[in-house]
Amino acid sequence: MVFLAVLDGTVTAFVLALIALGLSLVFGVMRIVNVSHGEFFMLGAVFSWFAYHWTADSVWGFVLALLIAPVIVGFIAVFSERFILRKVDYNPESTIVATIGILYVIQQLTLMGFGPEARPVEAPIYFRISFPWFGYSGYKLLVAVMSGLCLCGVWLLLKRTKLGLYMRATQQDYEIATTFGVPTKKIYASVFALGGGLAALAGVLVVPIRQADHLMGLEPLLLSFIVVIIGGLGSIRGTIIAAFLIGISDGIISVFYEPTLAKMLATLFVVMILIIKPSGLFGENQQ
Amino acid sequence: MKRKSLIYSLFLKGGVILFLFLIQFVLPTYHHSSFSKIMILASYAIAYNFLLGYTGLMSLGHAMFFASGMYSAGLSILYLGFTPLEGIIFGTLFSLTMSLIFGLFALRTSGVSFLIVTLMFGQTLYLAILYYNEFTFGQDGFSITNYLGSLVIFGKEHLYSNPTIRYNFALIMLAVYLLITTIIILSPIGRILIAIRENEARTQLLGYNVFSYKLFALTFSGTLAGISGAMHALLFSYIGTTFAEIHHSISPLLWTLLGGAGTVIGPLLGTGVMYYLIDFISGITSNYLLVVGIILVLTIIWFPLGIMGTLRQQWIKWLP
Repeated sequence: MVFLAVLDGTVTAFVLALIALGLSLVFGVMRIVNVSHGEFFMLGAVFSWFAYHWTADSVWGFVLALLIAPVIVGFIAVFSERFILRKVDYNPESTIVATIGILYVIQQLTLMGFGPEARPVEAPIYFRISFPWFGYSGYKLLVAVMSGLCLCGVWLLLKRTKLGLYMRATQQDYEIATTFGVPTKKIYASVFALGGGLAALAGVLVVPIRQADHLMGLEPLLLSFIVVIIGGLGSIRGTIIAAFLIGISDGIISVFYEPTLAKMLATLFVVMILIIKPSGLFGENQQ
Repeated sequence: MKRKSLIYSLFLKGGVILFLFLIQFVLPTYHHSSFSKIMILASYAIAYNFLLGYTGLMSLGHAMFFASGMYSAGLSILYLGFTPLEGIIFGTLFSLTMSLIFGLFALRTSGVSFLIVTLMFGQTLYLAILYYNEFTFGQDGFSITNYLGSLVIFGKEHLYSNPTIRYNFALIMLAVYLLITTIIILSPIGRILIAIRENEARTQLLGYNVFSYKLFALTFSGTLAGISGAMHALLFSYIGTTFAEIHHSISPLLWTLLGGAGTVIGPLLGTGVMYYLIDFISGITSNYLLVVGIILVLTIIWFPLGIMGTLRQQWIKWLP
């Protein structure tokens, strides 16, 4: 039972890390908090249902969604970055208000196009791994593996490519990066798209485990907020570590008690972190 | 200059209150009850504006204060047999304690972290209300109509749900809120709060204890929001989780921004405009939140100062 809870928690942690990483990247480079991040996750899940519905085949639908959903969501992200966030000059508070607006717009448009009911999507593979004393869904392990691969991919992107170099330069100092010829405007757009794409990817991966509905974005948003506050805003390393901390403890508490209690305890944990170190475990000092 | 603007400001507020007092005699029933509702919600928005407009702290979890006032008043009347007045006092003290404790933790962060922390805690209270549903009746909420008794004014008994009582209670509350916030903002404390809004680092450098002033602003705003919640519970005798949802934290932000943050009449105007707008749209489509989203985006792009703020900037300089 404990083992099962830990296993479930690990899967949650991988997905949570993927979502929170998007949020953290956007904050790190652009210094803004994207409240509509959870809706990007929800869109990923919804597109996945459409892909599954059109192809009428769980494997091809899954592959299609995996390829298409992040791209579409990326475009939506670029669009909102270009026409809304740039207009308010990335002022942190205005951005939050604007992204709350985007949240409502995306959520309600989905409600109109997709309907209020939760819709299931079949997993592309179905097998059970039998441990001596219980079986475990193989798909969940696939989710963990694929999330892990994505995390490694983002890490490689940041450390080994020119785009990643530009991103890190913009993160360190926007103005100096601009004077050195880094196309900072484009970097902003691509970071925002990358963040949205990661959330959408997580949505595609998660939807066979749970169902797709237009309100599913709020919970992962709050969890990733908890994660980034604990890990320290903008710190990638802190985000990943905190995601595992929260994901696994969430899994254990959810199995033994109730999911709601897990969320409440996670917030109490945040209180403790705030008392000990207000900038988060790995955050840079704010003053 | 200061004296002149004070006089104008008092005239404007007095005029608005007088207008709202007189208009109740001619309003049709439907709008009469809408106005009562708007005035209660506007007092919530005024409480919110005190924090956002005058101290420069944006909160995304104010529903937790509203709901804590509402639930503590409602539950104490329901379980402990408190009279309505005792319920309101209990609600006030409870939300005061809540906001003080919350402030002690949340104000350790600043900037966007503060926003995230307020959002998170607001949602946690919502989850807590759902989690202890045996005690709080969870999603369904509960009504306290049968526990309120009646109110004796001039020897005559009235029900709390009587439209006239409701309207005038809401009006008195609105007037008191306007008066208290104006007094504080014009006092030395208020000047320091505005200084924190304009430049926190410099205020700290001048030797003011920024943390305790911010704590005061948060506690004050939270308590006022709590009293609004308690009064809402009393006058509409319904207590439910819709008032603890994130949406109910975003609403005062929208009202304040639309009306104009840091203006005195702005929150009231913003609340009224949005209330009637949503009322109108709900007649056409059930997806009124779509419009809320669009208005949020458009306001922040084109009218970051809100209706009153833009008026003040462009034409009427003396506007408080």
